Amino acid sequence: MRGSTLYRRMVAVSIRAQMQYRASFLLLSLGQAGVTVIEFFGIWALFDRFGRLPDWTLAEVAVFYGVVNVAFSFSDAVSRGFDLFGQDVRQGDFDRVLVRPRSSLLQVAGSRFAIHRIGRLIQGAVVLAVGLSQVESQMGPVEGLLLVFAIAGGAALFLGLVVLQATLAFWSTETLELMNTMTYGGVQTAQYPIAIYREAFRRFFTFVVPLACVAYFPVVAVLGRPDPLGSPFWFQCVAPLAGFAFLFASFGVWQIGVRHYTSTGS
Amino acid sequence: MAQIQVEGLTKTFQIAKRRAGMLGALAGVVRREHRELVALDAITFEIGQGELIGYVGPNGAGKSTTIKILSGILVPDAGHCEVLGFVPWRERRRYVAAIGVVFGQRTQLWWDLPVVESFDLLRSIYHVDDASYRRTLDEMVSLLDLEPLLDTPVRQLSLGQRMRCDLAASLLHEPSLLFLDEPTIGLDAPSKLAVRDFVKRLNRDRGVTVILTTHDMDDIETLCERVMVIGDGRILQDGSLADLRERVSPERRLIVDLEDPEVTLDAPGARVISREGPRWELAFDPRVVSPAQLITQVASRHAVRDLFVENPPIEEVITEIYDHGGLAS
Ligand SMILES: Nc1ncnc2c1ncn2[C@@H]1O[C@H](COP(=O)(O)OP(=O)(O)O)[C@@H](O)[C@H]1O
Ligand SMILES: [Mg+2]
Repeated sequence: MRGSTLYRRMVAVSIRAQMQYRASFLLLSLGQAGVTVIEFFGIWALFDRFGRLPDWTLAEVAVFYGVVNVAFSFSDAVSRGFDLFGQDVRQGDFDRVLVRPRSSLLQVAGSRFAIHRIGRLIQGAVVLAVGLSQVESQMGPVEGLLLVFAIAGGAALFLGLVVLQATLAFWSTETLELMNTMTYGGVQTAQYPIAIYREAFRRFFTFVVPLACVAYFPVVAVLGRPDPLGSPFWFQCVAPLAGFAFLFASFGVWQIGVRHYTSTGS
Repeated sequence: MAQIQVEGLTKTFQIAKRRAGMLGALAGVVRREHRELVALDAITFEIGQGELIGYVGPNGAGKSTTIKILSGILVPDAGHCEVLGFVPWRERRRYVAAIGVVFGQRTQLWWDLPVVESFDLLRSIYHVDDASYRRTLDEMVSLLDLEPLLDTPVRQLSLGQRMRCDLAASLLHEPSLLFLDEPTIGLDAPSKLAVRDFVKRLNRDRGVTVILTTHDMDDIETLCERVMVIGDGRILQDGSLADLRERVSPERRLIVDLEDPEVTLDAPGARVISREGPRWELAFDPRVVSPAQLITQVASRHAVRDLFVENPPIEEVITEIYDHGGLAS
């Protein structure tokens, strides 16, 4: 059985297991729906403010926001296993993963699946669609493809961040929650056009954690407007590749972490 | 040729000294104080195809750490180790496809799934084809009497039932080498017997090499021809069960419950170790006085409510090896 098939089976198992605790599953879904509604108000409030950003229209800001959040929701749904990975490491449950002849990343990813996080996907997609319908530029097949590419690169990048964060658990399980907060903070920061930030920030989000490469640059190309930062069109089109490179690099770091796994004494 | 070769295997754990409170945790992120704990101190041994090895020692001796290194979970600090021609932690995925591992303290199954679905998922994970899966599963179900358990979620199983399922799960891909870490821990007597019986058959009928850790001497006596004793991260003794017996004193225990708590027990040829109310614990050397003689004598002098003979517990056997074995250290 191929890796992707195995992943699907493990996810099905995880969903069925969640369904067994029907009450808590319902509560979680309700909670997520509530959070989504509240976040809508948050976005509205923020747009009210950022809508008056010089250089950027409200519709354009909505497209940036939509791309980042749709990408993030994909990685968020599949990354539940990594979020709780600190617990697995602390309790020595990762032993079980290592004695099975499959990729450890695949097994951790498949160990849990958060269906209720689909709410965020819907929210991001709605904002994206509304934004796209309001911008002045024409949407052709090239722009469409570029958007899909940006979202895929973004999902890869967020997944890479999640993997890196989980990898930390091999050295210290106490820092995981802290890192989690930082990732969410990064998402919050990066969902607005990075041109509004200072130089140091922009460099960080281009060269270190290349969020700008999966959101800002390709979206500028999709919007068909000149980049206030002056990046060339060809660069805007290939930039999302950085997300995949980041994911790939995170896999390497993970492998180093696995060799540092110490299990637990019983 | 040896299936397992271990040479000078060493593992040290860094134990972080935790500081109290939130500030302490933050300080711990920046700089940490560590204490070193040597769990394995250059152990060396070889195991051949088809052996059934008892790996014994008290809690904290390093048994689980050895198993975890041999099964590719932990990477040692020093030493060499080759199992089935693989270095476990280097070629993990190809290696673990050829071995089975069971941890008595922790199930390998999916907590919320019915047993049979866990098995089915493992079949996918190990790429077992349908025909051999069905054959192996049938065999396991009949040998371990799993039929009534197959549709039960794992979390509802008793410890003994769970262990039987875990054993089956570890063998679905027909490994030629099986690691069992404390497979009888916490089990009731019938479950212990079932596990022992199964392991014995597996080894005898299928030639599966088994390495079994335990601190239960009865496991060893009923199962293993070869015993490795570990204490404090070092192999103290490696040989036949008879060798082990010879090295430690042959002393046995007689526990007697008298009817009258006031009476002082008189038992020639035996030494009193402890007394708690009417319960007396005696040590005797069966070469000097046979258990039958001793029991007859005690029973002829006192009104006895109950009595039984025991082997000294494994902890004492180890202490014995330490104290009298001339351990070069
Ligand atoms: N993951 C770990 N982290 C820190 N110390 C450990 C860890 N695993 C085992 N130890 C310590 O190493 C020693 C050997 O442990 P272990 O191999 O589990 O012993 P056994 O299985 O013989 O009871 C013990 O002192 C134990 O506390
Ligand atoms: Mg142990």
